[in-house]
Amino acid sequence: MSPLMVLFALAKIVVILLVLLTVVAYAVWFERKLLAHMQCRWGPTRVGPHGLLQPLADAIKLLTKEDLTPSEVFPLVYLLAPFLSLVTALLAFAVIPFGPETRVGGMDLFQIADLDIGVLFILSVSSMGVYGIALAGWSSNSKYSLLGGLRSSAQMISYELAIGLSIIGVLLLTGSLSLRAIVENQAGAYWGFLPRWNIIPQFAGFVCFLVAAIAETNRLPFDLPEAETELVAGYHTEYSSMKFGMFFMAEYANMVTASCLATLLFFGGWHGPVFGPAILQALLPLLWFSLKVLFFLFLYVWIRATLPRFRYDQLMAFGWKFLVPLALGNLVVTSLVLAIRWS
Amino acid sequence: MPAEYIPIVIFLVLATLFPVVTLLAAKLVRPSSPYAAKLRPYECGIEPESDSRGRYTVRFYIIAILFVIFDVETIFLFPWAVQFKTLGVFGLIEMLIFLGILVVAYIWVYAKGALEWV
Repeated sequence: MSPLMVLFALAKIVVILLVLLTVVAYAVWFERKLLAHMQCRWGPTRVGPHGLLQPLADAIKLLTKEDLTPSEVFPLVYLLAPFLSLVTALLAFAVIPFGPETRVGGMDLFQIADLDIGVLFILSVSSMGVYGIALAGWSSNSKYSLLGGLRSSAQMISYELAIGLSIIGVLLLTGSLSLRAIVENQAGAYWGFLPRWNIIPQFAGFVCFLVAAIAETNRLPFDLPEAETELVAGYHTEYSSMKFGMFFMAEYANMVTASCLATLLFFGGWHGPVFGPAILQALLPLLWFSLKVLFFLFLYVWIRATLPRFRYDQLMAFGWKFLVPLALGNLVVTSLVLAIRWS
Repeated sequence: MPAEYIPIVIFLVLATLFPVVTLLAAKLVRPSSPYAAKLRPYECGIEPESDSRGRYTVRFYIIAILFVIFDVETIFLFPWAVQFKTLGVFGLIEMLIFLGILVVAYIWVYAKGALEWV
């Protein structure tokens, strides 16, 4: 790579990172506002119109709070844990394509790096996030934190299995691990009107993926690691100020990544009706992608407002006794059907 | 080929710098007045009874072991899924045998009660 290309890549990455952080900040606002309206409340209204400046106010508050390091923690691990959580959560974004290949000066605009192992990269990076939570729970020297950390690691590794298995159905259809190739494969329509999204041939896989993704990001109804009413705040009980903020941001960044992944794998990515002048044709795919991601974020909040929290034994039983066999069955059926069709 | 990973390294550096800079910036503006009671682990205002890093249930350990076995299985499935068309019927039958052995193991684990959480 020439120095100019590196500079260009740097500028692109800074822009994408800023957009990502803004989306993460506003995901918090979106969730609070939506949840409030679903419960007949107003939500944030004081800071700016419709509380739109609330994320900014939250950031200032977190920055100016006292940062306590409780006695008897392992200082290095205690400091490392929020870093691990946040950096891995952000890093998963490096392979997500937002729109069709648009090359300017030999560099793709809408993706940081098109790895041919994109899916594996996301799986491996997001599973590194378990370390952040487990280490935070263990190093804090608090019983709540330890319980939260243990629960969370067990939950995340169990549901990671279901995620991995449910994605394989899509890989069988596509024959590639590159996220861009997976989306390109979903172009067009069945019988002229039904979009060729993977959700149609892979419905069982989609359900499995969605449930496992919610559990993997520790969101309700699977938020056992935090469980305010029993564990106070779980693994981040002993964290304050910006370190707490980092865990918070990591959780929402993971939500955004999971929504993007669901969009790319099952909802046809940026595919949608494209029309009008050239500039509109270039921008519409971005709009479709954003709308689909927003739909999944909405789904997260909707599920949170609707369902109560699971019990821990129910959670583990659901993961191991229902989702894993379902994903395995889906995998076998998909491969058999494909083999019959191709032979 | 490795050139594709350069943007990822840049991204990693920036993503690491962001929390570092935020923490350093916060250090300039935040107050700091710790004292012993404030630094005690949170236990609803009661004096902590014992050390927090005690023993915990063996179930977590069993889950971790099962995860290793089944996750390795998933890793084997990925390359097969990508090369499904090329490997054809031979690959399909091989993989069905592999999955069959694993299903036997799964049923055994189930019957032994390793998946129960009491």
